[in-house]
Amino acid sequence: MDVVYFAWVRERIGLPRETVETQAETVADLVAELRAREARYDAAFEDVSALRVALDQELSDFDAPLKGVREVAFFPPMTGG
Amino acid sequence: MDIRVQEAAFDAGAELNAFTNAAQGAGAIVSFSGIVRDVAGGLNTMTIEHYPGMTEKALTDIAKQATDRFDLAHVMVIHRFGDLGPDEQIMMVATASRHRKAAFEGAAFLMDYLKSRAPFWKKEITQTSADWVESKAQDEDALSRW
Repeated sequence: MDVVYFAWVRERIGLPRETVETQAETVADLVAELRAREARYDAAFEDVSALRVALDQELSDFDAPLKGVREVAFFPPMTGG
Repeated sequence: MDIRVQEAAFDAGAELNAFTNAAQGAGAIVSFSGIVRDVAGGLNTMTIEHYPGMTEKALTDIAKQATDRFDLAHVMVIHRFGDLGPDEQIMMVATASRHRKAAFEGAAFLMDYLKSRAPFWKKEITQTSADWVESKAQDEDALSRW
């Protein structure tokens, strides 16, 4: 599945997009897998209450299932306008 | 419905005139423009990042909701991304309806939702700092009035 990052999440992890092989059932499971990889992921996901997640470009939740999802995006709260 | 996400600058006056022509018979038109404001220390650049694909979908969804809810005759949203200087136009919304109340409320609804539901992020760069703008609790709270 494709995982994309925006704003300070992208900067902290150091890349905008990557393909991840995962069996994670939920977003929270995927976050736990990513955090276990490297310190930069652990730092980026330290406080998920400061983050938002979109599944296939729709806002979602950290307890949402990943079955059938092709693209997961992590980013801080939006500041448009 | 006219939704545009673009890097290029736009002429708000010309856009409003074109919108007014496209909304003939509406009776009431409201527009809002967002402008890059200066910050302490002097802003060099505001960089706006967005999520291509999701941005257009989210803006279209918000504009559809506003159209249905306030019975708008026409809606326009233009939002820029990339590097902007102080006092440049960031974005613009316009609404058209038969009467002013719906046009005002439709524009306020669009702006409230756009601020915290459309995937844009702003970074303010000065001589000495580069900080992501943090969302405000009041932006999220603003949605509860709808």
